[in-house]
Amino acid sequence: MIRLEHVSKTYKTLARPALDDVSVSVDKGEFVFLIGPSGSGKSTFLQLLLREEVPTRGRVIVADWNVAKLPRRRVPKLRQRVGCVFQDFRLLNNKTVFENVAFALEVIGKPRHTIRKVVPEVLQLVGLDGKADRMPAELSGGEQQRVAIARAFVNRPLVLMCDEPTGNLDPDTSQDIMLLLERINRTGTTLIMATHDHSIVDSMRRRVVELSEGRVIRDDARGVYGVGR
Amino acid sequence: MRASFVSTEVVNGLRRNVSMTIAMILTTAISLTLLGSGLVVVRKVDQAQDSLRQAADVVVYLNDQVSAEDSACQQQTCSGLRAELEQASGVRSVKYLSRQQVYERAIEKFDNRPELREIARPEALPAAMWVELGDTVDPAAIQQQFGDSPGVANIDNQSDFVRSLVGKLNDVRDGTFLIAALQAFAALLLISNTIQLSAFNRRTETGIMRLVGASRWYTQLPFLLEAMVSGIIGSLVAVGLLVVIKEAFLDGLMKPLSGTGLLTPVSYADIAFVSPILVLVAAVVSGLTGYLTLRLYVRI
Repeated sequence: MIRLEHVSKTYKTLARPALDDVSVSVDKGEFVFLIGPSGSGKSTFLQLLLREEVPTRGRVIVADWNVAKLPRRRVPKLRQRVGCVFQDFRLLNNKTVFENVAFALEVIGKPRHTIRKVVPEVLQLVGLDGKADRMPAELSGGEQQRVAIARAFVNRPLVLMCDEPTGNLDPDTSQDIMLLLERINRTGTTLIMATHDHSIVDSMRRRVVELSEGRVIRDDARGVYGVGR
Repeated sequence: MRASFVSTEVVNGLRRNVSMTIAMILTTAISLTLLGSGLVVVRKVDQAQDSLRQAADVVVYLNDQVSAEDSACQQQTCSGLRAELEQASGVRSVKYLSRQQVYERAIEKFDNRPELREIARPEALPAAMWVELGDTVDPAAIQQQFGDSPGVANIDNQSDFVRSLVGKLNDVRDGTFLIAALQAFAALLLISNTIQLSAFNRRTETGIMRLVGASRWYTQLPFLLEAMVSGIIGSLVAVGLLVVIKEAFLDGLMKPLSGTGLLTPVSYADIAFVSPILVLVAAVVSGLTGYLTLRLYVRI
């Protein structure tokens, strides 16, 4: 599903590469934690998958697309297959829960009857049925993140990328969000999650890829956060 | 592409930026009003030049005595003058008009001015020779040669008058176009600035649109349409301003000229002629400015 082959990324403003000869392969339906300290290259890793950045060297393959060689006009197609969730939710505060989720379908030109059918289904999946008409400001942090997950998942992406999705949430709420992500993963969606949260990584015992100074220093099939340190 | 989504985005964008939108519309309107005025002047000058071609180049007015006593131009003074004019170099044709004929022409020209028709009398008008000159001939030479001939009251060099009128109108046109160009430059900067502000205001939306895979067109179109809608509203305001200027100033200003047959008053037909040009210019220029701004300054 996802393959990075000897990928390096250098920025003119940085002395050392953000990613340095990274090779990682993720199968369809896998759940992978991407861990490492700030500046280790986690964000660059995720940005390469979305073609927010292109690699300086190496190949990035997502769902059979060679991302770096993708023509500009095909980039939206890639992004429709890769959903994203962020630490800061990135909701539209002037739209209701329903409208926020529907927005992701409207802007890719989905017909209205599809939106009316699909949005309530995904709101139910993330546990927000009955809250479709609420504004984001009326929701708790955990609920806002559920809206963001619903928006990322509503178009049924092949991959869901989560960048510190629990970074702004308390431990109990984080646990609920992880259960939700696990449920989404069970539908066959590949899940990549960058995180600093030890307890979550330790309790889930999933594959862990650890980055340090742009290099992969660990890739465990059922890892924990702190091994070897 | 969902039209309802795009149109909602456009309306919201214009509303959110209302002060900039108004500034953009007004600047565009003023610029296009000036452009429209310039175009009307061009049209009027063309019409004046047409009537110049139709009019006599030089009119020799005869004195009272000849006008009164020799209406058929058979006596020596009149017929001699006519023969001399016909033989003068560069003269293409000479046409004699008696007092009565001059009066009839005048009545025809004063068609829309009943008060002048009332007071006009054949006795008050001189008989005249209408002299058409070749293209290269200087009308002033005829003036000099025949100015003191017997029976001549005065010689009116119409082409000089029309030429100076056309020259002045061309100056007005050039001045108007110059101010229109400066104003248009300000309008372009405003359009560009407003789009940048609009894009900044909606960076969260556009960021999400990019992430969920909206096409570049879907993301940019609302901004582009915003610029074009403002431009087109500006052009419609400009058409309105042209109508106001015509009604409030030009009609009064040009009334004294209405009898000359040289400059016809600015009509609604003139405004109707320039209006589509203004709307088209507004749509194309604002659309193009919007497109370039989005490409150069805004990452969408």
